[in-house]
Amino acid sequence: MTSRRDGGRIAGDGESAGEAGSESPSQSVESGGIEPDEGDEPDGVTFGWSGLRAGFVTCAPVALGVAGYGIAFGVLADRAGLSLAEATLMSAVVLAGASQIIAVELWADPIPAAAIVLAVFAVNLRYSLMGAALRPWFRTLSPAKVYGSLFFMADENWALTMRDLTSGSGRGAFLLGSGLAMWLFWVASTVAGVAVGGVVGDPARLGLDYALVAVFVALAVELWDGSSSIVPWTVALGTALVTAQLLSGQWHVLAGGGAAAVVEVIRSD
Amino acid sequence: MSDPLALRPWVVLVVAATAVVTYLTKVGGIWLLSRVEVSDRVRAGLEVLPGAIVVAVLGPQLAEGGPPEWAAAAVVALVARRTGNILLSLAAGVGAVVAFRALL
Repeated sequence: MTSRRDGGRIAGDGESAGEAGSESPSQSVESGGIEPDEGDEPDGVTFGWSGLRAGFVTCAPVALGVAGYGIAFGVLADRAGLSLAEATLMSAVVLAGASQIIAVELWADPIPAAAIVLAVFAVNLRYSLMGAALRPWFRTLSPAKVYGSLFFMADENWALTMRDLTSGSGRGAFLLGSGLAMWLFWVASTVAGVAVGGVVGDPARLGLDYALVAVFVALAVELWDGSSSIVPWTVALGTALVTAQLLSGQWHVLAGGGAAAVVEVIRSD
Repeated sequence: MSDPLALRPWVVLVVAATAVVTYLTKVGGIWLLSRVEVSDRVRAGLEVLPGAIVVAVLGPQLAEGGPPEWAAAAVVALVARRTGNILLSLAAGVGAVVAFRALL
């Protein structure tokens, strides 16, 4: 499975797909310890302009699609009472769509800061797994490059980056390039969304009170993973419905998500 | 809404806190993996979180609604499944809920 490359650095383009770096991340995780295990490490990972540009160009059309999501976030943030500057700031520094929508959904006066921060953390925990999957390629890069690039990691550009790296391109800057495309479209579409939301009058009359439900139904369809989703989703739904009856605020989100994760840990043997 | 450029200190603080915890999740995996080993069980538990949280948000919201909201949710699911486009699904859902509220 492991194929070590003899040549030193890789130029980037024109590498035959599947030659290097074809080991799955989980294998590296299993063998992973503190000591670098020789032979399991895709070497020749570079960090330069060609990778940065390739990431940006590959991700731009995808990011344009994500902009629709950003407009929805902007509308919801405006309805929650955030100013244009505040909503834009959130998109610029958080850059994690679903968690931002949940944050503005939880928004109230006074701001339930603890619930918001906890919910955002829980929703984004998956990024830890996604980042971990990048480790076989990122372990040879400097910490500044790794921890800088990871700021720009979102679902879509992570998927594109994994596709690129597993093909053996060795382009370590792909995540940063694709992430910059995501960031640009995400921030711009947030501004557009807040502007649209400000023009719109009574949200219920125009059905905009339904925007979040619609986005989440669409998100659920995307996240549906076949029969393996049935048990965790049922647990999450049941726990959330019961908790919503018992507790005000938005604790049902954490209760539902937490219960599903615990059940999954218990039953996965 | 008041001033579009308003940056209220408490709001900025909460936004900053969400940014910090988000960044911690993004770098946490790589940071932790070089120190401890994540069991397959924990991994499985983390993997169901995004879907479970979406369902936990949706459930009570839909339970509060009535037939127009439920029918519109079905329309959204259908459009999302067919097109995979979030914006299109959003537009279809908002349009459908307006129509169903007038009809049902």
